[in-house]
Amino acid sequence: MRTGLPFLLSTMALSMIQLAVAQDRSLTLPKTVEAGSAFSIQCTGSGKAVLYIVGLGQALKRDVELGGTTFFPAGSLYNSGHYLAVLERSSSAETGSFDVVPATKPAELSFLAKPSRVPVGLHDGITGAVYVFDVYRNLIAVPTLVSFELSSPSGTAQKRTLTTREGSAWTVMDSTAQQGVDRFVARVDEISSARIIGQVPGDPCELKMSARQSGQKLLLATDLVRDCNGNAVPDGTIVTFTEAYTGGQSTVDVPLKHGIGEVQMAVHNGATISVASGIVLGNQIRWEK
Amino acid sequence: MLRSIQFVCTVVLMAASGFASAQAPARVEPANLESQRPLPEQTRTAVIRDYLQSWQSLKAALEQNRTELIDTAFVGTARDKLSETIQQQTTLGIRTRYQDRTHDIQIVFYSPEGLSIELTDRAECDVQVLVHDEVKTTQHVSARYVIVLTPTEVRWRVRVFQTALN
Repeated sequence: MRTGLPFLLSTMALSMIQLAVAQDRSLTLPKTVEAGSAFSIQCTGSGKAVLYIVGLGQALKRDVELGGTTFFPAGSLYNSGHYLAVLERSSSAETGSFDVVPATKPAELSFLAKPSRVPVGLHDGITGAVYVFDVYRNLIAVPTLVSFELSSPSGTAQKRTLTTREGSAWTVMDSTAQQGVDRFVARVDEISSARIIGQVPGDPCELKMSARQSGQKLLLATDLVRDCNGNAVPDGTIVTFTEAYTGGQSTVDVPLKHGIGEVQMAVHNGATISVASGIVLGNQIRWEK
Repeated sequence: MLRSIQFVCTVVLMAASGFASAQAPARVEPANLESQRPLPEQTRTAVIRDYLQSWQSLKAALEQNRTELIDTAFVGTARDKLSETIQQQTTLGIRTRYQDRTHDIQIVFYSPEGLSIELTDRAECDVQVLVHDEVKTTQHVSARYVIVLTPTEVRWRVRVFQTALN
């Protein structure tokens, strides 16, 4: 606001001058140019001039012969945007503007798939978002069909087909019951981008342990620990054994090895032994000689 | 004669226009999202703030032909393209002076994993093209921009910045 009036006045003055020197409107510009396409600009009059084309994406300069057509070969302007053209003659300048629009053919997908590892059987557990670009990395904002496909280790596939909005589209998929490697693909025409999603077993579903005495030690071992879909819970998952007895309590954390948690604890007559992993509580054993 | 009058106007413009200084008023429309992920108010505020700050960087960089001025606000494709433009301007002896007058911003996409946000901005701005420090044209540009921002350590940075047809 503090600079508005002076700016307006000076802009008006400059515009009037430009109008005065450009009454013949000798610069003929295309309305739009597809990125990377050849185009031409006509300049009437005679003699030589310099043509500048300036935008946020590129700046070009060409020496031109007035009265003729200046050809710009394919690849001259490839960044989409609004461009100003300035034709500078010896004593005047004429200006105009035009737009460079993204090429219509998709060439590249920017595909974000998350997470890279997901527990099995998770509803809406996998997301994918895609941006569609042309060969010059211009975002193609016109609605474009995108297909997403998530192939699971069991061979089943979830498919979605969506239309981009402002160049982007997203989807959400379920992880399936079987552990393994999923392939998540986004595709537009013949362009595709793939991501690998590791489906890992979920938390233990049920814990069951058994106990037997060996000398002064009690040998505790779980059965094979599985998630609720029957997948073996990975080695390294911590299982906690707790022995509560008169006058005390002992707790031991052990990692699963070959899917089984094993530990030796001191024998206490009348002790209560429990097992847990994460939020899952297993069976309890009361040890009596 | 015309050249001298134009030069005077150039001086007046440079002295009085306030180009590349003040931040333009911005109107922020309600978000138009179909995303699974809710957009926290704090994120929304930060994205708009960082986007508007990116205009300050852009204006200064294009007027002074200094690529390093865009580094904090732009990344990836947007940064590469602006850098290329600035280098071309330098080679050709051109500078461009942008003065954004108004912004009308709307958040149109928040990716489900939270790693990108897309805006549209109907911006009004005045653009001066200077060739060897002489203003050759001043044009009022009303354009619709499509912008994609991604989070970095301390701020959202512009990754895609381009005009789109209305």
